[in-house]
Amino acid sequence: MSRTLKSAIFSALLVLVVSYPVLGLKLTTVGIGLRIEGATPFELWCIAAAAVALFLWQLLRDRLTPSWARLPKLPGVSSKTSNFLTLPSTQRWVILAMVMVALVWPFFASRGAVDIATLILIYVMLGLGLNIVVGLAGLLDLGYVGFYAVGAYSYAILAHYFGLGFWICLPLAGMMAALFGFVLGFPVLRLRGDYLAIVTLGFGEIIRILLRNMTEYTGGPNGISIANENKPTLFGLSFERRVPADMPTFHGFFDIAYSSQYKVIFLYLIALLLVLLTLFLVNRLLRMPIGRAWEALREDEIACRALGLNPTVIKLSAFTIGASLAGFAGSFFAARQGLVTPESFTFIESAMILAIVVLGGMGSQLGVILAAIVMVMLQEMRELSEYRMLIFGLVMILMMIWRPQGLLPMQRPHLELKR
Amino acid sequence: MTRPILEVSGLTMRFGGLLAVNGVGLSVNDKQVVSMIGPNGAGKTTVFNCLTGFYKPTEGSILLDGEPIQGLPGHQIARRGVVRTFQNVRLFKDMTAVENLLVAQHRHLNTNFLAGLLKTPAFRRSEREAMERAAHWLEQVDLVDCANRPAGTLAYGQQRRLEIARCMMTRPRILMLDEPAAGLNPKETEDLKALISHLRDAHGVTVLLIEHDMKLVMSISDHIVVINQGCPLADGTPEQIRDNPDVIKAYLGEA
Repeated sequence: MSRTLKSAIFSALLVLVVSYPVLGLKLTTVGIGLRIEGATPFELWCIAAAAVALFLWQLLRDRLTPSWARLPKLPGVSSKTSNFLTLPSTQRWVILAMVMVALVWPFFASRGAVDIATLILIYVMLGLGLNIVVGLAGLLDLGYVGFYAVGAYSYAILAHYFGLGFWICLPLAGMMAALFGFVLGFPVLRLRGDYLAIVTLGFGEIIRILLRNMTEYTGGPNGISIANENKPTLFGLSFERRVPADMPTFHGFFDIAYSSQYKVIFLYLIALLLVLLTLFLVNRLLRMPIGRAWEALREDEIACRALGLNPTVIKLSAFTIGASLAGFAGSFFAARQGLVTPESFTFIESAMILAIVVLGGMGSQLGVILAAIVMVMLQEMRELSEYRMLIFGLVMILMMIWRPQGLLPMQRPHLELKR
Repeated sequence: MTRPILEVSGLTMRFGGLLAVNGVGLSVNDKQVVSMIGPNGAGKTTVFNCLTGFYKPTEGSILLDGEPIQGLPGHQIARRGVVRTFQNVRLFKDMTAVENLLVAQHRHLNTNFLAGLLKTPAFRRSEREAMERAAHWLEQVDLVDCANRPAGTLAYGQQRRLEIARCMMTRPRILMLDEPAAGLNPKETEDLKALISHLRDAHGVTVLLIEHDMKLVMSISDHIVVINQGCPLADGTPEQIRDNPDVIKAYLGEA
């Protein structure tokens, strides 16, 4: 009796300690000061009820468990379906179908929906990029957002100071991010596991803080805005309402009324194109010698060295390719936003991208796409914004119970010996 | 008299206060099978680790074809043709057998990024040839039936053979086998012996062997080096070693 009672009392106290300060105390602004307000009686009753409920639950848990077992289980996926769904060929067809839908869909959807879809595509690109580093090469990179920032700022700075357009800046931004990945990777990749994670986390923050403090070049916390004439164009046709007089516009060229819908759809299609290129790249990499070397290195670095594979070069290639994808995503993000500030590149972004990769299932492209949709949707649910983190936590817990390997993991495409 | 392909002299490895290997010398001629024997903990594997660049020897010189290789990183030594297996098999367990062999060819493949991305004819050819070589070696070690199975699911003896085949994919000049017969049954040991002789005779590979199975060592070696407690104890042909009183003492203890 004593053990259950103890744990029951402890749980009840924990509820009180955690929920009273969180729910019961409120800070309200009065003029320029802050005032602490107590909870309403109703809230206090709720907290007390929760504590009592948990107390009883803990106390009677042992007796309730047998009846609990008779309840239907969580809907599990049979191993046969699961195996079918994780086959690379199946996933390829699903992705193809999704792309078809994605191509047609924006022309019928609302402006807001297309905008969110564009954001999802950015995260898909980031997720696929990080997937190379974490999922394929097995290097835990917590500072991935740093390369995203480098890409965004490369475009913004080139556009702002040199007046270059998006399509020239896009590859330059990718290259710049790759260069950063290469240079930072050299010292960092000597480390392993947890140490690598900590140092990359540090580098990610350093890049952000550097951008915030180099005020003369980057505009500091205010960021840099991108002029309309440097934003993405369709063969030189601008989608902006106000551009310099000598610049042709899309609505002017086709002699139609200006609508911001065109621009949103255009940006969406660019993002889709970039995602398709990324998917193609990842798919090829998986089947190239370098992809096999990543896999081998993840499994056994010592054996790799004994076979004459240079671990540094192989890790560096994963890091650099991943970084360049973040760079592309970053420059597109800057184009969509029209303004880059250091605050867009905080650690929480890195965590979000990593969560997408893990939630989706390491190494799986379709998984990353699904997870990006889920995560961005969660982020964008304004009416649930207060409970976002709660839902996020719940999703993570359910995933751990239900699908610890991720939403939709992928079996690696194996090269087969044919006879 | 041919010049030795591998010449080791005064090899010493110290871990803090522990002298693991002390002044070991070794001379391996081309296309010989040289065995290194000694009681457990004598420092044989440490010598291997020094030779393959996993440890940086404290003292001594290692000459491969007259060129010093001591202190080079492991992958560079492997690129010069000194390749090893491990006492406890180190395969890439989640990759299939044939993929294990493909990874080992990495250095010889077309790793041009664009070529692979665009699947150029040169890239396809290089991949096809790699696959053919892998198939050839799977046949040599009698693993064709397991080609598409994850290496971790193979039986122990098969894993041992696969590891040797994987080494052969790098086109080595010196193959270093660390207790290849450990855990094999007599039949498999017999096969292993045939495989080693075949590698030497048909592929011109020099073999350096650590082994406890005396029957195997005595029957296959051209030369034997005995190490005891880190120090060289004896060195000679199998017959000389068999009759050496010091060796008998080290193995069986004082009578």
